[in-house]
Amino acid sequence: MLCAALPLLWLPLAGAAATEEPTPEPGSPGEPPPGLALFRWQWHEVEAPYLVALWILVASLAKIVFHLSRKVTSLVPESCLLILLGLVLGGIVLAVAKKAEYQLEPGTFFLFLLPPIVLDSGYFMPSRLFFDNLGAILTYAVVGTLWNAFTTGAALWGLQQAGLVAPRVQASLLDFLLFGSLISAVDPVAVLAVFEEVHVNDTLFIIVFGESLLNDAVTVVLYKVCNSFVEMGSANVQATDYLKGVASLFVVSLGGAAVGLVFAFLLALTTRFTKRVRIIEPLLVFLLAYAAYLTAEMASLSAILAVTMCGLGCKKYVEANISHKSRTAVKYTMKTLASCAETVIFMLLGISAVDSSKWAWDSGLVLGTLFFILFFRALGVVLQTWVLNQFRLVPLDKIDQVVMSYGGLRGAVAFALVILLDKTKVPAKDYFVATTIVVVFFTVIVQGLTIKPLVKWLKVKRSEHHKPTLNQELHEHTFDHILAAVEDVVGHHGYHYWRDRWEQFDKKYLSQLLMRRSAYRIRDQIWDVYYRLNIRDAISFVDQGGHILSSTGLTLPSMPSRNSMAETSVTNLLRESGSGACLDLQVIDTVRSGRDREDAVMHHLLCGGLYKPRRRYKASCSRHFISEDAQERQDKEVFQQNMKRRLESFKSTKHNICFTKSKPRPRKTSRKKKDGLANTEATNGKPPRNLSVQDTAAVILTVESEEEEESDSSETEKEDDEGIIFVARATSEVLQEVKVSGSLEVCPSPRIIPPSPTCAEKELPWKSGQGDLAVYVSSETTKIVPVDMQTGWNQSISSLESLASPPCTQAPTVTRLPPCPLAAEEPQHPFNLPYDPRPSFAFPPSLAKAGRSRSESSADIPQQQELQPLMGYEDRTHLSPGTANSHWCIQFNKGSRL
Amino acid sequence: MIRSEPPALLTGSFSQASLLRLYHRFRALDRNKKGYLSRMDLQQIGALAVNPLGERIIDSFFPDGNLRLDFPGFVRVLAHFRPIDDEDPGIRDPKEPEPLNSRMNKLRFAFQLYDLDRDGKISRHEMLQVLRLMVGVQVTEEQLESIADRTVQEADEDGDGAVSFLEFTKSLEKMDIEQKMSIRILK
Repeated sequence: MLCAALPLLWLPLAGAAATEEPTPEPGSPGEPPPGLALFRWQWHEVEAPYLVALWILVASLAKIVFHLSRKVTSLVPESCLLILLGLVLGGIVLAVAKKAEYQLEPGTFFLFLLPPIVLDSGYFMPSRLFFDNLGAILTYAVVGTLWNAFTTGAALWGLQQAGLVAPRVQASLLDFLLFGSLISAVDPVAVLAVFEEVHVNDTLFIIVFGESLLNDAVTVVLYKVCNSFVEMGSANVQATDYLKGVASLFVVSLGGAAVGLVFAFLLALTTRFTKRVRIIEPLLVFLLAYAAYLTAEMASLSAILAVTMCGLGCKKYVEANISHKSRTAVKYTMKTLASCAETVIFMLLGISAVDSSKWAWDSGLVLGTLFFILFFRALGVVLQTWVLNQFRLVPLDKIDQVVMSYGGLRGAVAFALVILLDKTKVPAKDYFVATTIVVVFFTVIVQGLTIKPLVKWLKVKRSEHHKPTLNQELHEHTFDHILAAVEDVVGHHGYHYWRDRWEQFDKKYLSQLLMRRSAYRIRDQIWDVYYRLNIRDAISFVDQGGHILSSTGLTLPSMPSRNSMAETSVTNLLRESGSGACLDLQVIDTVRSGRDREDAVMHHLLCGGLYKPRRRYKASCSRHFISEDAQERQDKEVFQQNMKRRLESFKSTKHNICFTKSKPRPRKTSRKKKDGLANTEATNGKPPRNLSVQDTAAVILTVESEEEEESDSSETEKEDDEGIIFVARATSEVLQEVKVSGSLEVCPSPRIIPPSPTCAEKELPWKSGQGDLAVYVSSETTKIVPVDMQTGWNQSISSLESLASPPCTQAPTVTRLPPCPLAAEEPQHPFNLPYDPRPSFAFPPSLAKAGRSRSESSADIPQQQELQPLMGYEDRTHLSPGTANSHWCIQFNKGSRL
Repeated sequence: MIRSEPPALLTGSFSQASLLRLYHRFRALDRNKKGYLSRMDLQQIGALAVNPLGERIIDSFFPDGNLRLDFPGFVRVLAHFRPIDDEDPGIRDPKEPEPLNSRMNKLRFAFQLYDLDRDGKISRHEMLQVLRLMVGVQVTEEQLESIADRTVQEADEDGDGAVSFLEFTKSLEKMDIEQKMSIRILK
């Protein structure tokens, strides 16, 4: 951009030196060459690029300042603010330099400032919407522009004949037509700047905006034809010249479009082969699009049309071919360039208006023009819409027409064109310049300011953005196919028929030719939506991991929220489901301090959720390659891991929901216990595999099964580094198990104890919010879990015995214990509640004391003791109505993994 | 033939001109001048053969295992795709059945393209079949299955692992069905 805009501000050196750089130049010609200078000032060498950079910087800073206040930008469109800023800056420059500098030069405008904006709008044009409304857009762009140009020109001429324009405005009918042609075109830059902030509905936007883009061809043709007629002199114009003029309309527009499509094809084809040089992919997009623009300009075809078509045509294939990073790069660079260009254009417009030497005022002409462009635009829109509505499925109503008429903003294109006029051939140029400036300012500022309230007042249907869902995407495709089929049956070759044809042609030939083999997948829109949804889920999963993770009632953010998923914490769920899982915690967990709990959650989230890269990202030194293999593989692993976790827990929750709905849960804990007991007796029949009757054994069993599954999954995934994958899967598996058990309403208590407790947890186990934490099992889990659970269990028993306060996990000492002997021993006395606790698990008195002091109400303790036998008993045989269901669910998960 | 049709059924929904047009089309499709259309007649429409849903759409012209499609049946199916009239729906007699081109009926038409076994639900299997037809060969079976899973899960609200018609309409409530399932020429 910087280099591109170099000639933006060719300015007289003297003026620049006077205004910008008061320091005298050391190397001026009179002096003898000095020796070795320590310090040299070389303003002239950097002047031009320096000024360009400075201007853009000023514009950007201004933007920042505007957006500091939300109130201002919500009321006033940015384009207005920029124009006003330009006026102020222009005034300052004029006052300081005594002459106007830094004006909007037509050459700069057309060659450097306009292309990025048009490319941006063409590339990001919603193509489906565009083609759905192509008929209307073309009508407004071609017929509408011709109508506006001729009526405005003729009416102004009539005004002059009527004597309302001062006689010093020397202009013939042809001059007025020329002026009409340049003033009649709706400007894409201005329309985009204003309409992007207004958010009218998509159809309305695409019609106004599409018109402003496509009418360029008509404007350019009209302008050139009229201009050459004016230069020839009206007497010399032959009848054939008129014919040529009409013919050139087709040549210029179709030629421009063809150039654009050719370059789109080239661009798509080139990006097919950039697999090894990803780094130049974004550059290619810009280069070829710019080449399309310049080529069309060179052949005096419509350059705007060319670059629009290029962007529109290439996007699908380019996006499929280039890497994800390049896509982001293209997007951001394009947006940056476009907004930069737009900012500079509006600012320079403001500055240019200050230069009074260029324009001459005539009230009749100015007011007449203002009135005529508004009047004829409205009239033209009404007439055309009336015709179009005969053919439209969804007619454009009156409100739409009002907005369309009012949205006809004029902008920098008109200004640049009027500056380009030759004063010797068009004597009234100065008047035209003044009128154009007023028209542009009026439309951008007055209409731009008022269109938002107008849209609000008229209650124009706004655009509503809703997230895409797979269902919508799929069904939309179905509808397309249905309509195409129905058109076939009816025998009417309408729009759907041709679109279907085109899509088949595209699928068969074009995509084969222009897309990489590996890119086909992305090309399919249904797959694409699926993929994007997954990505978004993964991102929000990472963003708000804690919350989602901790909820058994897990919701995918991309899905419509459901009330039944309101339960947010495992503790809640457990409490409701009446399991004895939490033992004492259940009673005291209201006492937890929020902060400790948060810390613990964070700790376990980090332990469980952090992916441990097997090697550090290599610092990339190469300019030509972004070494992405290793990184991308790791990213992919993280992604897969997350998604797997998501999907599995999602599935289990789905099933959980069905029975949560079906069976309303009692609220009170104690009642739950009884419920659980009753259930136990009722469904005692068949315990599922991984929830064996004995809960310590169950734990170990689970761990074993985890290991099996892990090796399975790592095999199927064909990952090369088993160690880490193992760990990563372990996390997800454990998570899954916990989730499942949560949904089972069975939560074997020991598993709740977090594997690597935080300090607070060690000291004050009831503070840790362990219900939540159960989910974040760290990667060391595989080894520690059984032991921990064991200890936890023992401790809870011991707490019963000693009538002491809640147990304390003594992780450091306990983890050393080998799991196997414990596991072997346990099953023998599983439900013997008074089973004597190991001496090693006795509470340190200080901790016990601390614990007691923390538990606010001592009344809790007896209650707790009372409860525990029940819980233990329940744990042993507890079977919920959902057990069979969730058993199936585990199988299901497994199946899906394989 | 047109005259002989009950006017309320046909002309009430289609204009005379488009009815005539449809009749000509009907005659043209009927190759042996037998007075009705067979599946073969529709299958020989070239573009329909390459339409991924072509077979299913042909099926919907032959409800209840009929082998013959007469002109009223032909028109009745196509009436689903008539654009919705502008007139106030409040005028309509509530006892009268909903017109064929109502939003619900349009949706029902699409729904029965998915629901092959006519049990009122799109099962995962049925969803997978449709996806297999629509999504190109580039997507692997496994991916297809995960898409199907997710699609069903997304719309499935009662957790029965299938999409009922109600859930189907709900998943599309933001979409402009009236516009997307209408063909202007059938006015």
